[in-house]
Amino acid sequence: MQILPFVVVVWIFAVGLYGVVTSRHLMHLIMCLIVVQSSTYVLLLGVGYRRGAVAPYFSDIPARTPAVDPVVQALALTDVVVEAAVTALLLALAIQAHKRFGTLDPHELVELSG
Amino acid sequence: MTARTRTRVFLAAMAGLAAFYVWGLTGLPGFGSYPGPYGYILDHVAVLQTNATGVVSAINFSYRGIDTLGEEFILFIAATGVSTVLRHLRGEREESAGAAALRAEGPAPSDATRQATVLFVGPVMVMGWFLGSHAQTSPSGGFQGGVILATAFILIYLAGQFLAFRRLSPVPLTDAVGAVGAGGFAVIGLAAVAQGLPYLYNFLPLGSVPGAVSSSGTIALISFFVGVEVAAAFVLIVSELLEQTLLVEAER
Repeated sequence: MQILPFVVVVWIFAVGLYGVVTSRHLMHLIMCLIVVQSSTYVLLLGVGYRRGAVAPYFSDIPARTPAVDPVVQALALTDVVVEAAVTALLLALAIQAHKRFGTLDPHELVELSG
Repeated sequence: MTARTRTRVFLAAMAGLAAFYVWGLTGLPGFGSYPGPYGYILDHVAVLQTNATGVVSAINFSYRGIDTLGEEFILFIAATGVSTVLRHLRGEREESAGAAALRAEGPAPSDATRQATVLFVGPVMVMGWFLGSHAQTSPSGGFQGGVILATAFILIYLAGQFLAFRRLSPVPLTDAVGAVGAGGFAVIGLAAVAQGLPYLYNFLPLGSVPGAVSSSGTIALISFFVGVEVAAAFVLIVSELLEQTLLVEAER
């Protein structure tokens, strides 16, 4: 059983989460969150892969050609859109935090608000 | 919580995750032999049913159309959310925003940057339209095309023309275009209901040649509206963020 793609998934997830946990800057934290989410793309595309199959586009190949699972690819598209939306909102919130408290260090922000 | 305890909690959690993950992997079909039936059924029937050769688009805009409607509104709401979160501070300096932006434009970009970016605006726009209007045939669609269309506007900013960027995409116009895109999708669905068909039913003629630009009925049309909405949402998000950057710089 080939498991390398699934190991890559959990590696990307763990590396990103480590960044989130140890982050000292909100911009860095948001980037790390993007890395965490990127693991889901690899997972979705990895799950739908079929050995020897082509991309699910039949414009120049016969309709019976084996193709990979198109449903997970559509889900990956949704995933990308949600990530873009989440990132935009987080960046806006980070700007507001900086304006209000004058710092982007999550530790200092906790001290200021608490 | 100190940094050290934080890291310890993280490592403990990761150890737990690793254990469950390995356990999960043992029951998983190996890479490359996924047995799920839906994707393969769709691979075989989608082209015949919709005349769209891009099966991913057929799923996004037809089979899973209602999910994509929600997805589109996520982006729409995110754009609204960014405007709302950044609204308060912008209101404080509304009058001086134009002047501040002018001052904050800073040193003009080099001629090389300016010419390269201006040179790219046209091709990028064509590419955005191409992707947005060819969802039914190739790996493209409204989401991809919309983002690239938005990039064309952002290139104008990169050429050092923040004010030109704002003039080309004033917030009320961008808002309206985005609303038309998001609303258009919903209305296409309602048009099917008005004819007594299920919501988002593909009621337009499918064309005779699979994969032609005119084929696939509502799939191509919905993709176009999604493209319009996505382009507007991204232009709005980026211009709100840029405005903040420029204002912050102007204050220093």
